Amino acid sequence: MRFEHKDILDIESLSLQDISMILDTAEGMKEISKRPVKKVPTLRGKTIVLFFQEPSTRTKSSFDIAAKRLSADSISLSKSSSSIVKGETLIDTARTLEAMNPDIIVLRHGSSGAPHLIAKRVNASVINAGDGIHAHPTQALLDLMSVKERKGKIEGLKVSIIGDISHSRVARSNILGFTKMGATVTVSAPKTMIPKGIEALGCRVAPDIDSCIDNADVVMMLRIQKERQGSILFPTEREYAALFGLNTERLKKAKPDAIIMHPGPLNRGVEISNEVADGNNSVILDQVTNGVALRMALFYLLAGGSRNADTI
Amino acid sequence: MLIRFKGARIVDPGNMDEEQDLLVKNGLVHALIPPTAEDPEPEVKTIDVTGMILVPGLIDLHVHLREPGHEYKETIESGLRAAAKGGFTGVCPMPNTHPVNDNAQVTQFIVNRAKEIGLSRVYPVGAISLGLKGTTISEYSDMKQAGMVAISDDGRPVEDSSVIRRAMEYASGLGLPVISHSEDLSLASGGSMNEGTVATRLGLKGIPNAAESIMVMRDIAIAELTGARLHIAHVSCEESVDAIRHGKERGVRVTCETAPHYFTLTDQAVADYDTHAKMNPPLRTETDRLAIIKGLEDGTIDMIATDHAPHSKLEKEVEFDSALFGIIGLETSLSLSLKLVQDGVITMETLVEKMSRNPAAFLGMDNRLIPGNVADITVIDPERCHVIDPATFVSKSRNTPFSGMEVKGDVFLTMVQGGIVFQRS
Repeated sequence: MRFEHKDILDIESLSLQDISMILDTAEGMKEISKRPVKKVPTLRGKTIVLFFQEPSTRTKSSFDIAAKRLSADSISLSKSSSSIVKGETLIDTARTLEAMNPDIIVLRHGSSGAPHLIAKRVNASVINAGDGIHAHPTQALLDLMSVKERKGKIEGLKVSIIGDISHSRVARSNILGFTKMGATVTVSAPKTMIPKGIEALGCRVAPDIDSCIDNADVVMMLRIQKERQGSILFPTEREYAALFGLNTERLKKAKPDAIIMHPGPLNRGVEISNEVADGNNSVILDQVTNGVALRMALFYLLAGGSRNADTI
Repeated sequence: MLIRFKGARIVDPGNMDEEQDLLVKNGLVHALIPPTAEDPEPEVKTIDVTGMILVPGLIDLHVHLREPGHEYKETIESGLRAAAKGGFTGVCPMPNTHPVNDNAQVTQFIVNRAKEIGLSRVYPVGAISLGLKGTTISEYSDMKQAGMVAISDDGRPVEDSSVIRRAMEYASGLGLPVISHSEDLSLASGGSMNEGTVATRLGLKGIPNAAESIMVMRDIAIAELTGARLHIAHVSCEESVDAIRHGKERGVRVTCETAPHYFTLTDQAVADYDTHAKMNPPLRTETDRLAIIKGLEDGTIDMIATDHAPHSKLEKEVEFDSALFGIIGLETSLSLSLKLVQDGVITMETLVEKMSRNPAAFLGMDNRLIPGNVADITVIDPERCHVIDPATFVSKSRNTPFSGMEVKGDVFLTMVQGGIVFQRS
């Protein structure tokens, strides 16, 4: 089987077979990071541009490390170091980058659809590292990888996602990813954080956290953005924690072996208690580890894999 | 010189719907004679329009000509060229130019410029408030003397209810109607498309129907309070149609318009972040689209306007949420609206009411095709099938979501005061 995609823009455009292939490839990549010399020559001579227009530490470092472990040359551009601050349009910036012949452009952008806008106009592969509140496909893929690793499968699992669904690209991509792989997804949050028509993505909306995590195999907590406190979305962190925070007591509703996920960074004591975040069922750090392998797999499939045969 | 339109079906609502030959002389409708009749004079220029439909000139109550100030998007000249090509003998440019048309000097500039160009007629709409800021009302009387026909802060609502109340009172004393851009800015805040399933999937902030209908309801209530003539611009959703229907039933002096995109497309057209499907109010759901058609059918919606809003690539080839709202419509409106007739939703006569007779009446004009009236005429070729191609547009801008759409029926000829301003070769 060949991986035929030029870009990774969202989960919707990936088939079940594509996702399985990505996860299998990522599984194989994990071992490289455990070697004393954590580097293979696979993408030597390939250029990867990390173009982050929004602040990011973990996602950007994860992509950067992934590129370096495959021997690709990665360069970073941020909003302040690019000509965007000089008034250049996104398309012009992308075309300028394109003129330097990169193989892959990784884009993080505050506007939904921004990666789609440039993908149509450049020959390089474009990987969406998060666009607005639309999609974060690499996060969803690494989450699928982490669940599959612990549970051995995804199909038939009951997944709960709790938090600000309205403003979460992670939630959207995970709802689509998990349902595509045969899991059932239930979401819950204050009504101010549930966007209209979210059920059309394939999930169910539960009225409260208890019914949401009832009998769940996977409980995914989303970060509550502190700056939204006191806005019209929720009154205080205190009230949010009381209604939708995950603690040991509440977690008893889920299956005993339910795993706990969080895309980070954590607000301990708000959406998740210390005990739960650091407990045995937490896979939060596995997610980070798998993130590197997953991104290595995507680089490999897009720039050096079956499209341009070369082995690890 | 006498001009004879030969062989057309003349559709003039309330006056006639039959095959007659129309004669034009000295800029006026001269006479109507049977197709078999001899030429009444020796010197006659005959235009063969057999199989076509001749109607009173179309009038678009809602356009943006962008001059003064944004000439890179459109000029009065390019906009009027597009109007003539679209079959419009008259257009009403909105006041959100730069500077804003909130004083008689700007009104006069637009009127004079249009006269120099000499294509379609221009009936400027002036600003309700100075600088469209929604606080101080403009000099309506001065602007009216310069040629202004109505007031609107189009592009923005007048947020303060006491200001719109005073504006309606003051305008009604001068016999001027008020055109409402109905939008609750706090509900619409930050939104870039219709709120709903598609917006949720695309991760775009939505604008709910209520952001529009709540202001439609407010302005109808204030029109009722003041007795002013109110016109609701670009109606896009079911709740607004219901509110207007209800207002009319109660006897409020309210009229309204919709635009072809609201009865042709839904928010699905945004599909892959197509900024050419971004306008304000946004494309709604199928339920709303059908409600708009129902409103056109039952007479709740009086007019079809375009909200012709030219933007350059600078404003459209960008991230969806950064793109400016608006699409052009002058050169596609008639073809898209004719589909309503082809689908049997409304008759040809009703279409002519909505695109010509009702806007004319709104402006206080008698545009019936009777001897002595000014010869502002549109000839429609109902059979011409074509694919909408922005490359053929004469507007300076190309921002249309209808590129590639197959349509049937088009403008054949546009005549203003007896002069041909457009004729398809």
